[in-house]
Amino acid sequence: MSAPEGALVSRRLDWRPPALILAIALGSLVLVGNPSTWLTLTIAGLAMGLMIFIMSSGLTLVFGLMDVMNFAHGLFIALGAYVGASTVKLFSAAASADSFLANLGAIAPAVLAAMLAAGLLGLFFERVIVRPVYGDHLKQILITTGGMIVAEQLILVLWGPDQIPVERPATLRGSFLVGDMAIEKYRLIAVAIGLAVFAGMMLLLNRTKIGLLIRAGVENKEMVEAMGYRIRRLFVGVFVAGSALAGLGGALWGMYQESVTVHIGASMMVLIFIVIIIGGLGSIGGCFAGAVLVGLVANYVGYLSPKIALGSNILLMVLILLWRPQGLYPVGKS
Amino acid sequence: MIAGLLSGDAPRSRILSALLLAILVALALAPFLFPGTRPLDVAAKVCVFVLLVASYDLLLGYTGIVSFAHTMFFGIGGYGVAIALSRMEPGWGAIALGTVAAVALSLALSFLVGLFSLRVKAIFFAMITLAVASFFAILASQLSDFTGGEDGITFKVPELLRSRVATYYLVFGVALGLFLVLLRIVNSPFGRVLLAIRENEFRAEALGYRTVIYRTLANCLGAVVATLAGALYALWLRYTGPNTTLDFSIMIDILLMVVIGGMGTMYGAVIGAAIFVVAQNYLQEAMKAFSGAMQGIPLLPDLFHPDRWLLWLGVLFVLSVYYFPAGIVGQLRARKKA
Repeated sequence: MSAPEGALVSRRLDWRPPALILAIALGSLVLVGNPSTWLTLTIAGLAMGLMIFIMSSGLTLVFGLMDVMNFAHGLFIALGAYVGASTVKLFSAAASADSFLANLGAIAPAVLAAMLAAGLLGLFFERVIVRPVYGDHLKQILITTGGMIVAEQLILVLWGPDQIPVERPATLRGSFLVGDMAIEKYRLIAVAIGLAVFAGMMLLLNRTKIGLLIRAGVENKEMVEAMGYRIRRLFVGVFVAGSALAGLGGALWGMYQESVTVHIGASMMVLIFIVIIIGGLGSIGGCFAGAVLVGLVANYVGYLSPKIALGSNILLMVLILLWRPQGLYPVGKS
Repeated sequence: MIAGLLSGDAPRSRILSALLLAILVALALAPFLFPGTRPLDVAAKVCVFVLLVASYDLLLGYTGIVSFAHTMFFGIGGYGVAIALSRMEPGWGAIALGTVAAVALSLALSFLVGLFSLRVKAIFFAMITLAVASFFAILASQLSDFTGGEDGITFKVPELLRSRVATYYLVFGVALGLFLVLLRIVNSPFGRVLLAIRENEFRAEALGYRTVIYRTLANCLGAVVATLAGALYALWLRYTGPNTTLDFSIMIDILLMVVIGGMGTMYGAVIGAAIFVVAQNYLQEAMKAFSGAMQGIPLLPDLFHPDRWLLWLGVLFVLSVYYFPAGIVGQLRARKKA
């Protein structure tokens, strides 16, 4: 029986990073003092962390598999958020109905449309922008940044420069009351979706042939090719899936913030980079741990000392890198 | 004498020489050739950005590292001068103190960031600098007691600089001087080592050059020059704020200028900055006319809306990275060989 493996390559789960997360959570319980406030903060942190995980998982896998860093990843997030917002508006009757099933009829198309749009853009991006510059990091950074500039402007052409309000479906507004604790409904949904995505990804990576090939590709690309598998086709699949997940994350984040601007992509990009650096470039388990860590720390510090909240992510990154220079779960590249 | 000034790195193309000469003359005589506030503003911005872009090219074009923190150093220079001039008597002492403090801070920061992240891959450095720069931008807008927050700082300048023409010549002179210094650096043995690292890091290391040290040095040099450019820009605007120095869009502008002008040539910075700043100020008017002429056709007026000028420069950027990695300068030089 293997527990959900942390690093893609290690046999046994390295227990220290999860222990660190637990220690931070418990330690902040002492500092916060009030358990109900602490629970609210923890749920908020988990929701934020898991949404960031959904957005960043594709990026870290693409890097692990093909050594490609896509600086335009934020673009898929922005596109997902915009498409999601427009779809919810289209189904506004279903979204404002006071029944969860009817609301689902608005959310499901929104999420699917966001994933489809981002996935298709990902396919196009891989073909046109990334493919000619494999193996050349400098050009990758330049070309994907350039792609981001153009696409950001195109989003402005299509949707206009104004901030777009996103209506959160009726049954997802407000909070559950448990005793004297208020838990925002939408955050629970975000946590549930994030955990589902993580579980699905772990199953796919650890229990299927495709997953085996992806893991093998991260570890040693040439060997997989030598065995006769077309790693490139696999890579296109991962790139598109990663883009679609970024679109999903963007749609969720847009509903969470209840507004969408074109800057959503660029601003999330910084957090995503921090997360995948903390996790170890290329590692899904590390990405998950990093995202949860960033989400929790941002919320705890934001409550305990708002002054340094903005720097907490950078500080966290520096501390983690001092502890483990390759990230929480380094990917053993051969 | 000219060859000495240019450190033996001649433009090597007749058209390029003519273009550079035209830009130099236009900038040198700007207050007399183009009367009015706006043209002088454009000229000063060209001077500052030539310097800023040239210092960035030292990193990107010569050393082959991508940094997203260049605006941070630009901002440190601006804030250094602004804070010193607004807190102290507006005199030369304040300017000197602010600049020196800013340069020291930039040196320390670039050294730390470089030592920390230049050991690993180029991508890692790019990501770390992006994170650090965005953190710094947030910091500057949050520490409002110190930096004026989102509003920035408006300040008085010394008596002599009250005249726009005098300030312009200060900006022009310092920019020209530092540009020649940069040209000297990239054509020195040190510059050759940087090129060697760009071309083949492994081989450079094998030849006995400590690549981390050279990269960190290049990073520090670029940061110091960017800081000085920031100080000049602040003196010209008599204002420093997040939007004029730290904004991520300025980083994008710098990237566009370097790539369109030509990576790995200092002259590319001149051409790129001149074209870009002029386009920024005058292309929008052309696009307004064009967009107006397209009224009635769906989507096209939006595509050519004056606010969308960056779209077209972005397309140009992507095409240049693919087809003309050496930019305009590289194209001009290649024509001569053919």
